[in-house]
Parts: sequence; structure tokens; C-alpha cells
Amino acid sequence: MGALVIAEHNNVMLNIATLNAVAAASKLGSVDILVAGHECQAVADAAAQVMGVSKVLLADAGHYAHGLAENLAPLVVQLAAGYSHLLVAATSNGKNVMPRIAALLDVAQLSDIISVVSEDTFVRPIYAGNVLATVQSIDRVKAITVRTTGFDPVAATGGSAAIEKVPPGPDAGLSSFKGEELTKSSRPELAAADIIVSGGRGVGSAENFAIIEKLADTLGAAVGASRAAVDAGYVPNDYQVGQTGKVVAPQLYVAVGISGAIQHLAGMKDSKVIVAINKDEEAPIFQVADYGLVGDLFKEVPALIDALSK
Amino acid sequence: MKILVAVKRAIDYNVKARPKSDGSGVELANVKMSMNPFDEIAIEEAIRLQEAGKAQEILAVSIGSAQCQETLRTAMAMGADRGILVQTDEEVQPLAVAKLLQALVNKEQPGLVILGKQAIDDDSNQTGQMLAGLLGWAQGTFAAKLDVQSETLEVKREVDGGLQTLSLKLPAVVTADLRLNEPRYVKLPNIMKAKKKPLDIVTPSELGVDISPRLKLVKAAEPAARAGGVKVADVQELVAKLRNEAKVI
Repeated sequence: MGALVIAEHNNVMLNIATLNAVAAASKLGSVDILVAGHECQAVADAAAQVMGVSKVLLADAGHYAHGLAENLAPLVVQLAAGYSHLLVAATSNGKNVMPRIAALLDVAQLSDIISVVSEDTFVRPIYAGNVLATVQSIDRVKAITVRTTGFDPVAATGGSAAIEKVPPGPDAGLSSFKGEELTKSSRPELAAADIIVSGGRGVGSAENFAIIEKLADTLGAAVGASRAAVDAGYVPNDYQVGQTGKVVAPQLYVAVGISGAIQHLAGMKDSKVIVAINKDEEAPIFQVADYGLVGDLFKEVPALIDALSK
Repeated sequence: MKILVAVKRAIDYNVKARPKSDGSGVELANVKMSMNPFDEIAIEEAIRLQEAGKAQEILAVSIGSAQCQETLRTAMAMGADRGILVQTDEEVQPLAVAKLLQALVNKEQPGLVILGKQAIDDDSNQTGQMLAGLLGWAQGTFAAKLDVQSETLEVKREVDGGLQTLSLKLPAVVTADLRLNEPRYVKLPNIMKAKKKPLDIVTPSELGVDISPRLKLVKAAEPAARAGGVKVADVQELVAKLRNEAKVI
């Protein structure tokens, strides 16, 4: 029957989170990708090159431009008959649309899977990642969101899938896109970065966050933040790493002035190497840190930047 | 307009959950339970809309055991006008929750349904989207700001790259993200008052909903613990370790 992966994209570029979803799907059978968008031929072309993809389905219409769940879900439901598994990366778009698809198909959804045990059984973290649940679905179609950190991405090139146009469904007329305020940054994206430097409440203010950014730039890293730092208004919401923010697993995660609340640890504890800098030596972050440095961040971070620049 | 808000009784956010020793589930005996934090935000938003004159009545709904009455009383102490408990001791998964809420929506005809974006126990992040799908309504997930007009709702949403604004046709389903508001503290006199507010109890079968689980828990296990790390004396030692031992820079 095979798997259908819904591509994450912005009508111009294929988001690399899609490659992690394809990796999960490849464990389940043949893989097709759906590219639904507006004037998004370039995305379909990129999807066709993804390693291991059999076919790209391209649905192009104005009302698919912004991934509105009200329009996208019925399209996927219509295509679902031919598939045993529907997958999407657990991005904000993926999390938005897949449950709507599952409900319309009258099937359960498996959220945030990190491992495929068999075609109907998957592992997913629950309770902020403090418990790993192995879950079996009895539904005919498995609707799945894929935690990208659980699967190494497949190669973006090397494939040669055929592109097939599918007729767009109607505009449901329930929702419309008004605008967006995207954070502009020349730094790597959080989800894709090899190194992440995150700041917490200990940083103290939005102005002080410059010190975190400077360390990040020294390391060529992305900038993240704890919920406390976001709630305090130091940085925008899309910087948040944690149970309810972004889940990341870079090669190196540097936590600065972050105490290590359960919900923050849920978003970064699968990082390969964790460094913590905190003045409180009892802070829970030190329990997960490979290297802990107890000290005042306003002294230690500039010293670290100096040492790294040498 | 009437607003329906769904509230879940969940493990307290300060408690670290552990699997049962036989792996059959999560240890919840003698564990502190509270209202799911995102649902507090959902209730708070409904109250603010009522205070702004945009809503007349707030109905809080909870699904689960008899103890969920406490969660509903908390919602009413915050400001909800009445509560409905869909009482069952069975496990109710997100699709079944969405169907139960759909049945109540058909009965109560709210103009807006607000839920938390996810519950911090099963971390599913599904119910609001499923409910919107079943009802054929617009959905405003991960909401950071609401602007309710007469026929439409403008919702600012937290998305991966920043914020997105959508216009939704009412009635609609909204799921609350962290920055939507800061929930108020419940005052003692309001707790007393909440005890007198109406709380109805129905069962899933009275609502005609089959809540049989579709997902079977095979095993609940603790994730592999990280090996304990070391403290370094200064940044020189840190940089040396990162370069020579961890080889990540």
C-alpha cells in the first residue's frame, strides 16, 4: 500500500524536515510525496530528487499557498485511499494539519514518533519525554507526525521520481491567510543547526541576549531560548526549545543561564553533547550536561568567546 | 456568543512522570494532578472575551473520572459559568475526546471552542484540530492573540518561523499557546462561589459516542538516561574538552 508523506515547504524550497519524515516512511514501504502549494513546481522538482521517493503528487492552487488545514486536509483525505500510512514532519504545519486529516478519516493519530517498530507499532515520547510509549494502532490508515530528531534525513538528491499532477479540491472558504511576521536571521535554523546556544532567564534582559548571540556567532550556531526567556520577552516565541516549543538534537547544545526545567530538558536532552553554564551549581541542567561550568554567565561567556577565538 | 472550553485533569507540570515498574503504563498513584496548563490559558481567554463583552456564557467541559469535577470547579472559580463532566473511567484518546466534544457542541451550539494546544501528559496535540475537522469548522491552532469580530475571528498563531495571522470564519475552534495570556490566580471567595455553579454529568453512551481506544499501549519505558557529566573548572578546560574529547568544535 505504501506511505504518503506531506511535504513541508514555502512554495519555493522543500523544508529539510521533510527528509526526516521520508526516512521514517521508508521503513514502512514505498514512499510518495504530496506537494500541495501554489506555484510550487520548484518544490516538486526538489521532492522528485529525494532519495527513495517513488512518486511526487503535485497539487497546485492558490488556496494551498499557506498550508491552511481546512483546505489541505480534504485533499489528503481524498488521496488517502491508496495508502496505508500518512506521514508529516512534526513541524507547526504538520502538527496543525495531520490531526484534522486523521479525524476526517476516523483514525487515531500517532504524534511525534521517534522510532518505527513495525508497520503498526511505533515509539513516541509522552510526559515531556520522561516516558517512551510503544503504541500499536488498530486503524487501517496510520496518521503519523514524525519527530525529526528521531530519524536521520534521507539524501536530498539521487532520486528520480515522476511528478504527477493531482486536481486540486475546492477552497473550503473557512479560513484565509492575512500575513506573517517571520524572524529574520542570518544564523542557521534551530531545527537544522549542528550547534545551538540557548539563553534562559539568567540572561536577564533582551539587551543582554546579545551576549548569547555573540557566542552563537563565534561558534556558527543557532540561537535558542528557554520558555522563561521567551515569556519574559527577551526573544521571539520561535526561539523556544522545549516540550511545547522546538525539539532539537544538535551535535552541541550550550545552555546559558538555563536552570533546566522538565519542559526545557524535553526539547534538548537528545543533543549529542550538552554544555551548561549556570551560577547555581544545584541547577538541574547540570544533571544532563556533559560539561558543566559553574559561574556567572556575564563573566564566563565573554571568556569563552575569547578562548574560542584564539 | 457562548464559548465552550475543554479542560483536562493532568499530571501537575512540576511532577516528573515515571513508567510503572511492569511497563504497563505511567505511575499516577499519589501523583499531584492539576488542570493542564494550556487549558488554564484557554479558560482565561474565554473569561477575557466575556469581560470585553464579546461572550455571554462560558461553558467548561471535562472528560474523565469523577475527580475531573475538581478541574471543572477550578475552571468555574476562574470564571466559567457552568460545567459539564463527561464521566467515564475508561481511557479516552484524542479522537474519542473530539467526538464527545462534537456531540456537546451540537447540543450547546457555542460560537467558539477554545482548548489548550496540547496536554502535558500524552503530548498529543491533536484534539482541537480533530474537533474542527469533525465539525467542519475553521481552526486557529497555537494561538498567541485573538481578535473576535461578529462573523470572523482574527488569530495570530505561533509557527516555526515566527507568527502567522489567519482570518477564520466563525464558529471556529482555537487552541491556546503559551503567550495567549497569563491565567489569573483563583481567589478564595471565587472558589466558594464556584461550588454553587451548575455542574452536569453525562456519560459517553448518553452522548451516543463510541470511545473505544484505537491505540494500544504495548509498553511504557524510561528513556535511556544520559551518563553523568563532569564539571569543568574554567572556560579553558571547557574549550579543551569540546575540542579534544567531544570533538564537536
